[in-house]
Amino acid sequence: MSGADGSPYAPHTDAETAAMLDAVGVADEEALFDIPDAVAFDGEFGIDARSERDIRDECSRLFGRNRDLTEFLGRGHYGHYVPSVVDHLSDRAEFLTSYTQYQPEISQGFLQALFEYQSMLVELTGLEVANCSMYDAATALGEAATLADRVRSTSGDVVLVPEQLREGKRAVLENYCAGADLTVESYPMDDGNADVDALAERADADAVMVYAENPTVRGCVEERLAAIGEVADDAGALFTLGSDVVSLAVLQEPASVGADVVVGEAGALGLPTAYGMGLGIFACSDDFIRQVPGRLVGASEDARGDRAFTLTLQTREQHIRKERATSNICTNQAWVALRAAIHAATLGPGGLVDLANDCVREAADLAERIDDVVGAAAPVHDRHHVREFAVHVDQPAAAVAEDLETRGFAVHVIGEHLLQVCVTDLNAGRADDLVAAVEEVI
Amino acid sequence: MIHDQARYTREDEAVHEPLLSEKTEESVDASDASPLPDDLTRDSLTLPAPSEPEVARHYTRLSQMNWAIDSGPYPLGSCTMKYNPKFTEDVAADPNAAVHPDRSERSVQGSLELQYRLQEFLGDIGGMDAVTLQPPAGAAGELTGILVAKAYHEHHGNDRSEVVIPASAHGTNFATAATAGYDVVELPSGEDGRVDVEALEAAVGDDTAALMLTNPNTVGLFERDITEIADIVHDAGGLLYYDGANLNALLGRGRPGDMGFDVMHYNVHKTFATPHGGGGPGAGPVGVVDELAEFLPTPRVRKTEGDGGYERFEPDNTIGKVHGFAGNWLVLIKAYAYIARLGDEGLADAAAKAVLNANYLAERIDLDVPYGPFHHEFAATAGDRDAADVAKRMLDFGVHPPTTKWPEMVPEAMLTEPTEIEGKSSLDDLAEAFNLAYADTDEALSTSPNRTAAGRIDQVAAARSPRLSWQALDEE
Repeated sequence: MSGADGSPYAPHTDAETAAMLDAVGVADEEALFDIPDAVAFDGEFGIDARSERDIRDECSRLFGRNRDLTEFLGRGHYGHYVPSVVDHLSDRAEFLTSYTQYQPEISQGFLQALFEYQSMLVELTGLEVANCSMYDAATALGEAATLADRVRSTSGDVVLVPEQLREGKRAVLENYCAGADLTVESYPMDDGNADVDALAERADADAVMVYAENPTVRGCVEERLAAIGEVADDAGALFTLGSDVVSLAVLQEPASVGADVVVGEAGALGLPTAYGMGLGIFACSDDFIRQVPGRLVGASEDARGDRAFTLTLQTREQHIRKERATSNICTNQAWVALRAAIHAATLGPGGLVDLANDCVREAADLAERIDDVVGAAAPVHDRHHVREFAVHVDQPAAAVAEDLETRGFAVHVIGEHLLQVCVTDLNAGRADDLVAAVEEVI
Repeated sequence: MIHDQARYTREDEAVHEPLLSEKTEESVDASDASPLPDDLTRDSLTLPAPSEPEVARHYTRLSQMNWAIDSGPYPLGSCTMKYNPKFTEDVAADPNAAVHPDRSERSVQGSLELQYRLQEFLGDIGGMDAVTLQPPAGAAGELTGILVAKAYHEHHGNDRSEVVIPASAHGTNFATAATAGYDVVELPSGEDGRVDVEALEAAVGDDTAALMLTNPNTVGLFERDITEIADIVHDAGGLLYYDGANLNALLGRGRPGDMGFDVMHYNVHKTFATPHGGGGPGAGPVGVVDELAEFLPTPRVRKTEGDGGYERFEPDNTIGKVHGFAGNWLVLIKAYAYIARLGDEGLADAAAKAVLNANYLAERIDLDVPYGPFHHEFAATAGDRDAADVAKRMLDFGVHPPTTKWPEMVPEAMLTEPTEIEGKSSLDDLAEAFNLAYADTDEALSTSPNRTAAGRIDQVAAARSPRLSWQALDEE
């Protein structure tokens, strides 16, 4: 091996290194570096190499310092139980340690898995085209805005978004919009849903895109999607709908309410709670097939006349089209898409619909029970909810959340007297304890 | 060496793994059992409904039809396909790390400390003063860096409209500059394959926001005139951006910060060995010099004063966010574990062996390598052979071929990056695959590959009539 101080993952013996240096015709490796002295680095980073075991111990101790809380947290990042089969299959090295399928003949496995993922999204959205991933829901929304800018024929420059939107999502959208000279403006909400009349007033010829969410960031089921779609249509704007892969299993099919583009989060399947790491959905009508950002897998034929899969329509992409590409994305979330597909396959349509319906049922149950607590009112909005809902508390919300945390529960603070609570299959078993804790602290 | 990728045949006909939808499909009523009123639900959902054993066999079979680093050499130029240490998976799978991003600071001190330590590692390795971990991939890092540069110029009342990029740069650089709203000025390569300093002088001016540079560049050459290049860009009032794709060649021997770069991204899935996952996820942290730190995305992580804890904070003039949450967290944990495993000497050795391997392999192949001295990668030319055909033939010999037909400055380019993980015998196998394919007949080349799960795939047909889902196949 290359000695105690070398990389443990470089397999060269000293004799091999010597033979290779000899073949190249240099005395040592340093002779191969063409770095002028003036900019060469001869210092140290001060990073001590550690054994595998020491690093596992160190990180285990570090993460052990995270407090053991039961999280009733959502607002765009959701944890559902991920079956073991997802880990074991996706961790197969043939998947995990491969890269983009630039040589499709030797990469049929991953290509087929991504083609199947795309197909699942096509079924869930009702739209004809789904790419094989964006980074997350926020960046997918940003890409939708720039797509809208490219395909809209008028000179409008306004992207309309709901007033209640996750702040981070809007911040990402604004960064994508700035480069395209688009402006992000919000339209008002009416008791947790879009105020469609106010939106209609606001949506004029300047609008390139109208964005709505179902469920909304506060978990409300949007009741007037078709009307929002009509407003967008009348303005000549694209209608982009935000959702997530579980909610899509039961809520109105986006295509049926006139959505042109669907963005959102598919990491609700396949990923554990992962500090916000996600999987961006991007689906659209086939009118925009040559404007889609990111990678697309298509079916074709091989020289033997058999069906085969390949990345396709690559002239949209940065490595060919450069500054005229539809997006700068290259590396994406392919492996997370594989995981989501395995999870969806394991659930089947019945399991997926059940999971989504449980999200509706559990949110309603928990809201009702919290509403019974004196000093708390839930849900704040008179709507149906998926997973999560806002709670009004008479006391300052931040203090209530802090007290709940000392009792082992994490909830969102979304206003001076507003909390938000998210319940899924992972924490539903602790709902009784949460209600008891709420009773104690308020 | 001959390699047969897992194929099943029956009476000489290939038996393909069916699509999930072709195995078993079920349609369920989505509204029946729903607590929601019918007008708020979809009617039905039709998806595959395989049993768990069927799921296991399906994906295992698919995995057998997929080349990976753990299958054999994968010298894809500019992608740094190095071995992904298994233990990093276990570190990242720690259930205590699986927390929600909206947790309070006090309840995630361990995660914040790891983020802080990784920021410090990366800052030291790149010679940068401040680091954000938020960008979820290299191209996202580029966009972050260019938006930071834009914010810097705007903050100083200095509206600039152009980003200068060498012709040999990655396509993402051009697309990134355009996404950020800049015009691209393409800089032709000099005769020696490097930046032509005179051409650069002519290209930069009052409108130059930044020069985006990969160093060593995409044919592995170090930009020897980097100090002069930095002066030219800085004198014009522009910033110097470092594309970290090739950082593996410099570990321990050169730091972008010492070369005059103001802002850079790190490709942790390249340099720091996190798995490429069939196309991602990666992570693209961005490092900057002090003057740019106030513009980085929010939040960053710092030590709290006095009590040894850690806190999130918003840089004063932040560009906002580039990812909805905190980026690709699981990937960042693996990068931390890798850097800690190697330490100073291991990192320097990785660069040394990566450069030695590229030079040894180039020596062993019969193809010409027009530019040098190169470092961790080289662009060989297939000359009068078609580089894409040579690559297809290589697939039959138990290796993944290099990146082909790019960069364009080398005709019929085969951009090759073996990384440090290949030993001598594996490089000899790789060289043999190159040489056999390169010397093979025209017919053998144009009809290859023959031993892969699929034969040569018709790309034109795929793009002419796109079929992107099983639903599209059913319609035929």
